[in-house]
Order: sequence, then C-alpha cells, then structure tokens
Amino acid sequence: MNTDQPLISVKNLSKAYKMGDIEFLALRNVSLDIEKGAFAAIMGPSGSGKSTFMNLLGCLDAPTKGEYLLDGVNVLSLGKNQLAELRNRKIGFIFQSFNILARTSAIENVELPMLYNNSVKSKERREKAMNALKSVGLADRAQHMPSQLSGGQQQRVAIARSLVNDPLVIMADEPTGNLDTRSSYEIMGIFQQLNDKGITIVMVTHELDIAQFARSNIMFRDGQIVSNTAVNARKIAKDELIKLPVINPSEVLT
Amino acid sequence: MRIVNLLKIAYRSLSKNKLRVLLTMLGIIIGVASVIAMLAIGQGSKQNIQSSVASLGTNSIMIYPGSSTQGGVRMGAGSYSTLTKKDAEAIVAKCEFVTDVSPVVQKSSQIIAGNKNWHTMVVGGLSQYFSIRNLKIEKGNIFSSNDERTAAKVCVIGLTVSDNLFGANGDAVGQFIRINSIPFKVIGVIERKGQNSFGQDQDDIIIAPFSTVQKRMLSTIFLNSILASATSEDDIDKAKAQITSIIRIQHRLSPNNEDDFTVRSQADIANIFGSISRIMTILLACIASISLVVGGIGIMNIMLVSVTERTREIGIRMAVGARGRDVLIQFMIESVFISVLGGLIGIALGILISMLVGKFGGWPVVITGTSIILAFAFSSAVGMFFGWYPARKAASLNPIDALRYE
Repeated sequence: MNTDQPLISVKNLSKAYKMGDIEFLALRNVSLDIEKGAFAAIMGPSGSGKSTFMNLLGCLDAPTKGEYLLDGVNVLSLGKNQLAELRNRKIGFIFQSFNILARTSAIENVELPMLYNNSVKSKERREKAMNALKSVGLADRAQHMPSQLSGGQQQRVAIARSLVNDPLVIMADEPTGNLDTRSSYEIMGIFQQLNDKGITIVMVTHELDIAQFARSNIMFRDGQIVSNTAVNARKIAKDELIKLPVINPSEVLT
Repeated sequence: MRIVNLLKIAYRSLSKNKLRVLLTMLGIIIGVASVIAMLAIGQGSKQNIQSSVASLGTNSIMIYPGSSTQGGVRMGAGSYSTLTKKDAEAIVAKCEFVTDVSPVVQKSSQIIAGNKNWHTMVVGGLSQYFSIRNLKIEKGNIFSSNDERTAAKVCVIGLTVSDNLFGANGDAVGQFIRINSIPFKVIGVIERKGQNSFGQDQDDIIIAPFSTVQKRMLSTIFLNSILASATSEDDIDKAKAQITSIIRIQHRLSPNNEDDFTVRSQADIANIFGSISRIMTILLACIASISLVVGGIGIMNIMLVSVTERTREIGIRMAVGARGRDVLIQFMIESVFISVLGGLIGIALGILISMLVGKFGGWPVVITGTSIILAFAFSSAVGMFFGWYPARKAASLNPIDALRYE
C-alpha cells in the first residue's frame, strides 16, 4: 500500500447507457481523487450521475471508458472473479434499501461476506460478526430477523456487514434515504466514528443536512463534477442528536 | 471459496422454503420409487419364471415328433407319429452328452379309487423320467427296471391326484386305483412341485412304467416325446446337435429333407420367457424413468422461479464478494440436494412399495442392488442436469442489474 497516492483515483471516467437506439451519457469525463481517511458526500439532483458514479467506484459496474485506480490497483484490468474478491476484501456497501437478506437473522447477514472469504476461519466468523454488531449497538438483536428490526436497525446491520472484512472504503448509496431524522443522525454518528478510526467513506446523498456530516461535498450535475469543497461548519452527530426534540409516542397518540 | 461454506449457504436458503423443497422433491421421490418398484416387479417375475423352468430340470432336452404334411396341409408339431422307442435307444447308445433318456407316452384318463374319481394325465416313462424331470418322492418308491420289463401295473401319483382320491391326509401308498378299468397299485407319491410358470399344476399327474402304459393302455409303438438330460448345462447345445443327427440317421432322412422331429431344451424355453420378461422390465423401467425426468423438469422449473425470485439476493451476494462460480455452485448444490434427498426417500418408498406388492399382491418381487444404484445415480444426474441451466443463469447475472431488480 502506497501512502502517498490517493486511495481512489479516477481519470476521465465516462459511462454511457443504451436506451433503445439512443445513447445516454450518464457520466462525462469525470476525474477525481479521494484520499485515505476522507469522508466525501456526493451530492446532486436526480439524474446527475451520482449513483452511476458510485456503482463504478464500488466495482459493481464497468465504465464505458476512463481509468480507475483503487488502492493502486487498476480496477478496469481485473476479471469478474478478481472484482468479486476486491469487493469482498476492500469495499463495504451500504444501500438506501438496506439490501439485507430477508428471513435471515441479523448475525447471519453480517456473516455473509465472510462466507465468501477463505481467510476467515469458521470459528472467528461468528466472533467477528458479533463484534461488528456490537460496534453498531445491535449486540442484543443478533438473532432477530430483518422483519423484527426497524429501518434504522436494519441499516445498522448493513453497516456491520460492510465492516466485517475490514474494508478500506465504505460506499454508501443514500444510506439515510429511507430513514427518519433521528435514525439518520444515528447512522451519521456511526459513520463519523468509523471515519475517525481511519476508514474512508464515500456517501451519496441528496439531503443537504446529511451532507453536512461529511468532511467534503462533491456536487454532480449532468454527469459532471461541478464543485468539490470542504465542509466548513461540519455537523457532529452526537451534538445534533441532543438537539433533536424528544417525541413521546404516547403524547402524539392521545 | 470453501465448499463447507457453500453447503451452509445452500442449507440456509433451502431451510427457508421447506414446503416448496418438499413438493419439488416429491417428483423425484415418485420417480425413483416407481423405478425401483417396477424393476423389482420385473426382476421378480423373471426369477419366478427361471426357477419354475429350473424345477423342470435345467439340463433336460425334449424331443417331439415333427409336423407332418398330408397332401400339402401341414398339421403342426406332434401331429405325426415319427418317434419310436428305437430312437430313444439309439440316443442312449450313441449320444455321449446325455446321462438319462426316457421315452414318454401319455394318455389322459379317468381314474377311480373306491367311491372317488378324478381325471388326469397318465404318463408312461422309464425310472430315469424322475431324475430328468427333477421329481422327488415324498412317500414310497419309484418303480424299478423289473417293473418296466414285466409291464407291472404299478404307478407313482402326484399330490393333487392323491388329495383328490384319498383325501388330504389319506395315505395313498399301497392302495389300488383303476385307470381305464385296469387296477394299478400306488407305490409312491411325488413331492409337491406346485404350479409351473404357465399355470399348470405339476402335481396333477400319474406316472407308470413305460411298457405298462404303452402295451396295456395305448398299444402303439409311437411316442409322445423323448426326454433326455444333458451331462451338464454347457453340453446342452452339443447334446441337441448330436441327438438331431442320430435321429436323422434313424429316420433315414436325406440332407434335403426337413427334420420330422423337434429338439428343444428347457434352456430354450427359459430364454424365450426370459427375454419376454426382460422386455417387460425395460418397458416398465422406461415408463418409470419418464416420471423421473418429469420430476427433473419440476426441479428446473422451481429453480428457475427461485433464481428469478432471488435475483436481488444474488445481487447482494455478488456485491459482498460472491463470484459467479460461488453462485453457480450454491444453486447446483440446492438442486442436487433436492434430487439426492428425494432419491434417498424414493429408494425407501420404492422398497416399501415393492414389499407391499410382494406381500399383498402375491406378486414375486426382487429388489436388486443394481436397481437401487441405478435409480439413485439417475436421480442425482437429473438434479445436476436440470439444475445446471438455472444455476448458470443466476451466475451470469450482472451484480448491478441483480441489485436493481424489483
């Protein structure tokens, strides 16, 4: 691992989609470097190409042209199986719709990436999964099924799952899109903790207040980056949570 | 990727769809069970035929008079009397591949004993007739060569005859019976042989010395047949050839004349019935395998549904690092698991059905290891064959497309 070079380095990345006969350019010559330890929020209106960009960064999709170095590795030269291994070892994913397996307990969901990782022995698997659940505050919900968990809890299971293989970077695609404010802030709190420990986070969001938790904001429009600025008045999740009014459900209902 | 992990993954996803797995398995269970039951029934009837043919004496050779042609009208086998006692004697003298030879005459007659009567076949033969036909004596004795020489009025009777004339517990030995008004002394009772494969009661018979039946009852020089037994099963063909040439010489047939007799061995008859039952077994097995293939298509169908339904799950797995091969193997394991477990249950069910058929249907069944292995291997192969396409389809999904699938 070279400490001098950025963790993510993208040059002239383009992605075209074919819709019938018409070719639609979702990304146009995007170049970007993301340093190790960064917490970048990618923003932009719908159709600006931010999700497409995220999928390319997460090695889930291949660009039409351009260059992409992840941790010094030329991603575009890798085969399907190598990409799968890369996703397994270096990237953790978090999605807007949580994407955890239904009818599968929280702990088994967290174990999932390790089942595809031969270097993890079956003995440490459960232990590591439990530790990851503890770190997101769900140790007591390990045996719960997703249907028994709230949205925020499900998203925390997804975070635990993204952490178990000790990734270099966490890619979060609208992680708070389906959550209420309190749960959103809690998720941001976890992100900030992880980031403080040195994990790089790239997060797509269209909510301005959520973007304020990141260290930098990258604006997309029409498939291009229009700005990349550091966040000045960064929000700290711990403080924001205290400020939130406490709503007692019984009061609302009566 | 460790295979243990993949097994665990497959197990977890199967255990979430127990009813569906069970129903899919049912196709294979029925297929395997029917293959095993059908083969068992086929094998059973084959062995039944073989053993009943063997009970007639596996080495025995029968010579029948040939068909005659009278004014261009062929009359069918046995219609023309060509065999005589001299032919039998010639075989004894010249054929080196036979041990016992007996000329046979027979007549269907009314038998009277006391106030009871019965109708049966009276066979005249030499004492060798018993060893050729593999007949054993339960009580008393068979007749001697002295009885033959003097045309003694003695006879050996089958159990059916004994039961009908002297009652089920009556002692026939030493009693007198009248055959066509001629009194015969019963000197022996033959051990029970039961029905042969053609449904004939082999115990409904009276055997008397050849000369007695020929001279006292029939007064003919012609024979119904000649029975002989070959020195061993391997010598049957050689014995048949030699007998043919001996009788041809006896009958002074020139090379362009057809045989006026027929030589047949028990083995020939066994072969005919063996091949009939083999065809039947194959036919039954084919029908049964069709149900196995249908079961396999059921697996494919459900796996395809499963792949479509779990597209998102596949996407998630791929996003967290499953390779195409891992997904392929996972789905293959699932379909093979269904077919293998279905196969095992099917084997148990097949054996149970066979045993029930054997017990309550009165049908002989034989379950062979081969049929079990065959059915099991076939069902596993069906699982793999029909599981491949859906698994391949799952493995070739693009992770991002799979994740976006609604």
